[in-house]
Amino acid sequence: MEIPYTVHKRADTGLYNAKLGIWLFLASEVMLFGGLFSAYVLLRVGAGEGTWPHGWLDVRLGTINTILLALSAITTLLAWAALKVKEFGKFKFYHACTMLLALSFLGIKSYEYYDKFHHYEIKLNNGTIADGHFVEQSKDFDLVKKTGTFTIHGHIVERHAELMDMRSDEAKKAVHEEHVIAAADIKHMENYSPRHNTFTAIYFTMSGLHALHILGGTLVIFYLWGPGSKMWKTDPERFTNRIEVSGLFWHFVDLVWVFLFPVLYLT
Amino acid sequence: MSESEHPVVFKDYLRRCLLVLLAVACMTAMMIATSFSTIGGASWTPKVALILAIAAVNAFVIAGFLMHLLSEKKLIYTVLGFTVFFFIGLAGLTIWAMHDFPVGTTTH
Repeated sequence: MEIPYTVHKRADTGLYNAKLGIWLFLASEVMLFGGLFSAYVLLRVGAGEGTWPHGWLDVRLGTINTILLALSAITTLLAWAALKVKEFGKFKFYHACTMLLALSFLGIKSYEYYDKFHHYEIKLNNGTIADGHFVEQSKDFDLVKKTGTFTIHGHIVERHAELMDMRSDEAKKAVHEEHVIAAADIKHMENYSPRHNTFTAIYFTMSGLHALHILGGTLVIFYLWGPGSKMWKTDPERFTNRIEVSGLFWHFVDLVWVFLFPVLYLT
Repeated sequence: MSESEHPVVFKDYLRRCLLVLLAVACMTAMMIATSFSTIGGASWTPKVALILAIAAVNAFVIAGFLMHLLSEKKLIYTVLGFTVFFFIGLAGLTIWAMHDFPVGTTTH
C-alpha cells in the first residue's frame, strides 16, 4: 500500500504529511526543552546570593560551537536547495559538510565534558579549598585509608565564594600551579560532575540532551546522505521532502543552542 | 520551507545564507560583549535581559529565514500558536510556584 501525501499536498492542510508531522514533533520538543529552561530559571532565581557560578564554562569553545552549528544549519539548507535545482553532487557535498560540522561540535562538547570531569574541588582539613585539574595520583592513593597523594594544577582559596565567580579580578589574579595534596589532608573531594551542584546538574542535563539531538540528527543526515540517497533515483521529489524535513529538525537544534549558549556560558 | 512551491535559485539561497551567517555571528559577538560589559554594575539582571533579547532576535532570524517561517502555511502558525500558549503556561506555572512552599518547609 502506498503512503499518501508524501509528495503532494493535502487539500485541507496545504502541506504534505511529513511536514505537518515534523512541525508537530518540533512543538513537542519545544515543551521538552521548555520544561528544562523553566527548571533552569527556577534553580537560578532560587539560588542564594553569590552561590550561582559565573565563568565556569569556556566562552571561546562555546562561541566556536555556535559558529559551527550556524554553519551546519546553512549547509543543510544549501543541501536542500541543491536538490531543488537537481544538483545531486552539490547536495552530497553540502550534507557531508553538515556532518563534519556536527561531529566537530560533538568533539568540542566531549572535550568540555572531559575537562569538567577532570576538574576537582578538594576541601582540606585546614579549612582551605584546592581547586584545579587532575594531573596524577600516587599508586597508593586511597581516601579511606588516607594514604598517597593527589596532584592537581590549580590554586588554593580561603573561601568557597572565591570559586563561584571565575570572572572576578580575584580569580583572574590567582596563580595556577601544581599542588601535591596528601590524602591525609583531604576532608572531601569531588569533580565537577553533574552531582557537584545545581549549575553542573542543569548544565549537563540541558547540554547533554542537546548533544543527543545533535547525535540523532547526524545519524539521520548520514542515512539520507548515504544509503537513503538511493531514493533520489526512484522518487526525487519525495527524497527532497525528506531532506527538507530533516533540515527543519536540524534548524530547531540550532535554535535551541541559540538560547543554551547565552544561558549557560554568558550569564 | 514552503518556498518549495516556488522555483529555487541557488545563488539567491547562497547569498541569503551568507547574510544569515553574518547576522548570527554579529549577534553572538554582541551577546559576548554584553556579557563581559559593565552594564548594570554588580547586578546580572540587566545583562541577562539584554543578552536574552539579542538571543531572541537571533532565533527569529534562524526561524524566519532558515526555517522559512516567514512564509509558512496558516496551519503551521496555528500549531506554533498553541505551542507558544502551552510554553507560556509551562514556564509561567513553574515560576509562579517558585515561592509556594508548603507550611513548615525550611530551605537551606
